[in-house]
Amino acid sequence: MAMRNSAAIIFFVIVAIFIILGLLSIHPFGDTSDINTSMDDHIIQNTQKETGADNGVTAVVFDYRGFDTLGEATVLFTAVAGVILVFRRLNK
Amino acid sequence: MIYQIPFIAVALLVLIGLYAVVFKRNLIKIVIGITLIESGVNLFLITLGFREGSIAPIYHGTEEATRSLPVPQALTLTSIVIGVAVLALMLSFIVYIYRHYNTLDVRKIVGGDEE
Amino acid sequence: MSGMSKIVKTISATILPFITIYGLYIIAHGHLTPGGGFQGGAIVASGFAMIVVAFGSIWTMEKIKEKHLSIIESLGAIGFIGLAFFGLLFGAKMFFANFLVKQDVIPFFNQIGQGLSNINTAGLLPLMNLAVGLKVIAGLFAIVLVMAYATSKIKEGTAK
Repeated sequence: MAMRNSAAIIFFVIVAIFIILGLLSIHPFGDTSDINTSMDDHIIQNTQKETGADNGVTAVVFDYRGFDTLGEATVLFTAVAGVILVFRRLNK
Repeated sequence: MIYQIPFIAVALLVLIGLYAVVFKRNLIKIVIGITLIESGVNLFLITLGFREGSIAPIYHGTEEATRSLPVPQALTLTSIVIGVAVLALMLSFIVYIYRHYNTLDVRKIVGGDEE
Repeated sequence: MSGMSKIVKTISATILPFITIYGLYIIAHGHLTPGGGFQGGAIVASGFAMIVVAFGSIWTMEKIKEKHLSIIESLGAIGFIGLAFFGLLFGAKMFFANFLVKQDVIPFFNQIGQGLSNINTAGLLPLMNLAVGLKVIAGLFAIVLVMAYATSKIKEGTAK
C-alpha cells in the first residue's frame, strides 16, 4: 500500500518536472519565428484560390486533410456503435 | 512572465488531470482527470498556432498577416471530436463495471490489496 | 426518469426550433464563417439532449428509436465517403479531390467565397459539411439517448 503510493508520487513528480521543463524552454506566446510555418503560409495564401472557401479551418479539415476527417468520422461511428452495444447488452 | 498565461494554464490543466488519474480511486474522477489532460493538450495545440495580434483565418475582410495558423486549429477540432467519442465509451464502460461489481473503487475492482 | 415540470417542458419545446435553426445555419455556412459540420451538429444534438432532459428518456425513446438514429448516422457516413470517392471519377482523379471548383462545366459553383451571402462556393465543402453534420447530430443524440435510457432503468430498479 505505502509502496504503491510512493511509486505514484515518484511517477507524478518525474512527469511534472518534465512537463514544466519542457514548457519553460518553449518559445514566448505569440512568437512563431522559430516554427517552420511554410505549410501554414501556403494554406493561408492559397486557400481562396485553390478551394474557393472563405474559412481556412474548414478548407483544411475537409480538403487539405480529408483523410484525418475520415478517420475522425470512423472513430465517432465506432464510439456510437460501442455505446449502443454496451447498453443493449445491459438492458437484457 | 505574465504574458505566458496560456502555457501556465496548459501546465496546470495537465498536472491537475495527471494528479486525478494517478492518485484518485474513483473511476469517475479518473475519467474527469483524463478529460482535463485532453483539454490541456487542446489548449497547447491552439496556443502553438497563435501569432502575435492574429485572429481566426476567415478571409473576407482580414489582412494576410493577421491570420493565425489554420492547421493546428483543424487538428484540435479532430482532437475534440475524438475526445467526445472516447469520453462516451469510457462512461458506458464505467456503467457496465458498476453493474457488474457494484462499486467504482479501482482497488476493490482489481482485487487483492485489502487495507 | 419521467420528465420535469410543465414549465420546463413548455420552454424547452419552444426553444428547440431556434436551437435547431441556429445549428443548421452554422452547418450550412461552415465554409464562410467560423463553424462547420462538427460544431453545428454538436449544437443541434445539445438541443435534442435538452429535450431528453426535459421530457424524460422513456418518452423520447417512444418517439424515436436509436435504430433510426443509427440509420441516419450511417447515411451521413456513406454520404461523406461517397463524396470522397466521387473525386476518383472527376476532376483531379484523386481521393478527396474537390471536383466542383475550377471546372468548366458548371461555372455557377466556380466562384470564390466572399463574405456571408454566396453559399454556392467552395465546391464539395458545403456538401461534406452537411454529411458530417448529419452524422454528428445522429451520433451524439444516440449516445445521449441510449445512456439516459439505460441509467433511468437502473434507477427505477426494474433491471437486475
